[in-house]
Amino acid sequence: MSELKIAPALEAEHQTHTYHKTYFGFWTYLMTDLVLFAALFATYAVLRDNTWGGPTAGEIFSMPFVLTETMLLLTSSFTVGLAMLAIRSGKRALALSWFIITFLLGAGFLGMELYEFNKLVHEGLAWHANAFMSSFFTLVGTHGAHIAVGLLWMIVMMVRLAQKGITPNDVRRLTLLGLFWHFLDIVWIFIFTFVYLMGAANV
Amino acid sequence: MWNLLGRFFAHGGAHHETLVEPKFDILPPPFVLGLTAVVGGLLIFGALMYFKGWQWIKKTAIYIWKEWLTSLDPKKIGIMYIIVAALMGLRGLADAIFMRAQQALATTDLNGVMTSEHFQQVFTAHGTIMIFFLAMGLMFGIINLVLPMQLGARDVAFPFMNSVSFWLFTAGMILMNLSLVFGEFAATGWLAYPPLSGIEYSPGVGVDYWIWTLQISGIGSLLSGINFFVTILKMRAPGMSLMKMPIFAWSVLCSMVLVMFAFPILTATLAMLSLDRLFGMHFFTSDFGGDPMMYINLIWAWGHPEVYILVLPAFGIFSEIVPVFSRKRLFGYTSMVFALVAITFLSYIVWLHHFFTMGAGGDVNAFFGIATMAIAVPTGVKIFNWLFTMYRGRIKFASPMWWFMAFVLVFTMGGATGVMLAVPAIDFQVHNSLFLVAHFHNTIIGGVVFGFMAGITYWFPKFAGFKLNDTLGKIAASLWAIGFVVAFGPLYILGLMGATRRLDHYDPSLGWQWLFAVAAVGVVIIITGVLTQVLQIIVSIIQRKKNLDTTGDPWDGRTLEWSTTSPPPHYNFAVTPVVDRIDPFWHQKHSHKKEAEKPKYVDILMPKNSAAGIIIGGFALLSGFAIVWKIWPLVIIGLVGAIVTLIIRATSDDTEYVITADELKRMEAAHLKGSAA
Repeated sequence: MSELKIAPALEAEHQTHTYHKTYFGFWTYLMTDLVLFAALFATYAVLRDNTWGGPTAGEIFSMPFVLTETMLLLTSSFTVGLAMLAIRSGKRALALSWFIITFLLGAGFLGMELYEFNKLVHEGLAWHANAFMSSFFTLVGTHGAHIAVGLLWMIVMMVRLAQKGITPNDVRRLTLLGLFWHFLDIVWIFIFTFVYLMGAANV
Repeated sequence: MWNLLGRFFAHGGAHHETLVEPKFDILPPPFVLGLTAVVGGLLIFGALMYFKGWQWIKKTAIYIWKEWLTSLDPKKIGIMYIIVAALMGLRGLADAIFMRAQQALATTDLNGVMTSEHFQQVFTAHGTIMIFFLAMGLMFGIINLVLPMQLGARDVAFPFMNSVSFWLFTAGMILMNLSLVFGEFAATGWLAYPPLSGIEYSPGVGVDYWIWTLQISGIGSLLSGINFFVTILKMRAPGMSLMKMPIFAWSVLCSMVLVMFAFPILTATLAMLSLDRLFGMHFFTSDFGGDPMMYINLIWAWGHPEVYILVLPAFGIFSEIVPVFSRKRLFGYTSMVFALVAITFLSYIVWLHHFFTMGAGGDVNAFFGIATMAIAVPTGVKIFNWLFTMYRGRIKFASPMWWFMAFVLVFTMGGATGVMLAVPAIDFQVHNSLFLVAHFHNTIIGGVVFGFMAGITYWFPKFAGFKLNDTLGKIAASLWAIGFVVAFGPLYILGLMGATRRLDHYDPSLGWQWLFAVAAVGVVIIITGVLTQVLQIIVSIIQRKKNLDTTGDPWDGRTLEWSTTSPPPHYNFAVTPVVDRIDPFWHQKHSHKKEAEKPKYVDILMPKNSAAGIIIGGFALLSGFAIVWKIWPLVIIGLVGAIVTLIIRATSDDTEYVITADELKRMEAAHLKGSAA
């Protein structure tokens, strides 16, 4: 079992095969993650009117704030797309700068979310205030935790990109990161709609 | 106060009131168990030192680490799954014996054999172990062993993730067993319904052990689900279209779809229960707007698919065994596939039948009742397909077929009582009674356990290189089937007489005692069956020369796994097989085209072993244990450790090695020579 140089044909075929498996596997994982969010959404839908005498969704959310937050995340989805385009055309420096911008936008989103959480806690509406607040913090917080994982992943990939350049293995990993980021964007659109918009409209 | 050691020393053990004190408690206190474990371990180590010496121990430890614990070979991972599952099965069986003893002796002078508190922990542990560690462990073990080879593949889609899955499963197992020594286990029943499982009514560490045991092993199961799903859809041999797959692979595909849709719900539900307990949230509390029924809906949205996750692969195993031993092709392959898919779909729309008494109303109950009864249709299709496969076959009644016969008998009884329970009006009468307990053991032991026993007997020669003793196998299957009827028959009657489940004491005037005594006799018969199985393995190892499998095809098999040697080389197939029909190996053996042309070897890539899986499992165990005891610094160390290990592994570009065509040719020649000798 020697460490021989792999024949180029085998290498190419193996890479293609690995790509197919990994992309499909990652899509599958994303679908299971979506089921996890579905369970949290369902719980939120059941519990959101159980405020135990506390304020309702319409009374606590500030729409301009959430809209800004949303715009940060949507823009970051666009910039991660631009970063991937740069990767595909082999422009490392350009890709890196787009990833840095994406990272900053994502971090800004997460910061705003934490600010909102902090504000609610100081208003006496922490996660243990009532069932509505519990389900709100958990649903939105789970999304936030995913964003944090995405940011950590992005740091690792940026370091590798700076050190090693664009390698086939890293293209694969970056593609998965891109998928993950878009996926979180889509989940957020649902959170924005169900939690904030419908909450503000008291639907 | 910021307490670095959490409640590890603060915990004095919860005091519970026992109405009737037993004369003695059969369960020793935790420190005795801990001491026994330590002394036992030292004794074994000492004996090895004395008889084998330090060098031997060191050599063996290195061998186990290099060849097993860090292995990414699904065949080895599968064997490790089965070993862990078998050990946990023995613990689950011990719990069952305690329960039978308690209920049989509850009205005697002894007042039972343990306190109510212990009894509650025992039945909770029994259910948790049997579903999560015995049944799931055997299932993933068999899938790991068989599936890649049946597909003509060398490996699963994600070999490293497979190792992580196994070690998370094992971490959960160890965490559960730690509760024997440190603290206590949940006393809530195996699904830990709130508000009983909430912090208010279960302030101890028991429910936390339960949550994190399931959370850790459940994430392992979810990863396995994704892994095998992708393996089946992306790794099949050239020419093997979906409708040419072995039926076992179809059953695994359906089961893994269920895993992928069900286990995320379990993860979310356990997380919410844990948030309630740790941070005072109000998902499932009875005040502050919480909704306990939401938990019960969610947990069964996972729990009902879960039983089909277990039983579908068992169906798949029988669908492989019956044609081989009847020497006919499977009757109605296409209808089998449709039946599997139908069951997969239906199993998602029946969860409410676990709580018809919730009060959802007549129309809702009617829908779920009818959907439940509908499952009997595809299941019946399968039973008849097996029987038609046997019809006019030249049947060889080897021990796997005995397990099949036992299955048809026992499982069909369970199916019939299942249709009864599907009628909401009947369910209201027997809800939460021993009738229900008898029913689900009928289906899970009869279906799942007998299926996996048959599968292990059937595929054993492929991995060990020799067959299991057939006579002892037949005796074990018979004892299990007879013992089952004796143990659970009385529970149906008791259930109809009004005995509720999880009963630690009852009034002697009810006249139930003799039925509980009969059930206890049944358990003794089952124990004899289990001991026969242990004996079977020992005898088979001693007599292995007599039952050697030199051909790689001991049963005259039909599918690709029998076309390699027994045991197979770690790369399974030197040359990837090409498939053009169902049962390819059978047709290859019986076609007139003699002697395939000389194999053309090409370079292949195989994954290198990795220690990252076991390390991640270790960190998960550390985090799980620490969170149970609220030792927060350790929780963080465990989490960071697991994440850093994952990053190091995930960013490594050096995970595979090449076997060149020449080496492959040499290894293949050596291997053939070795297995012929």
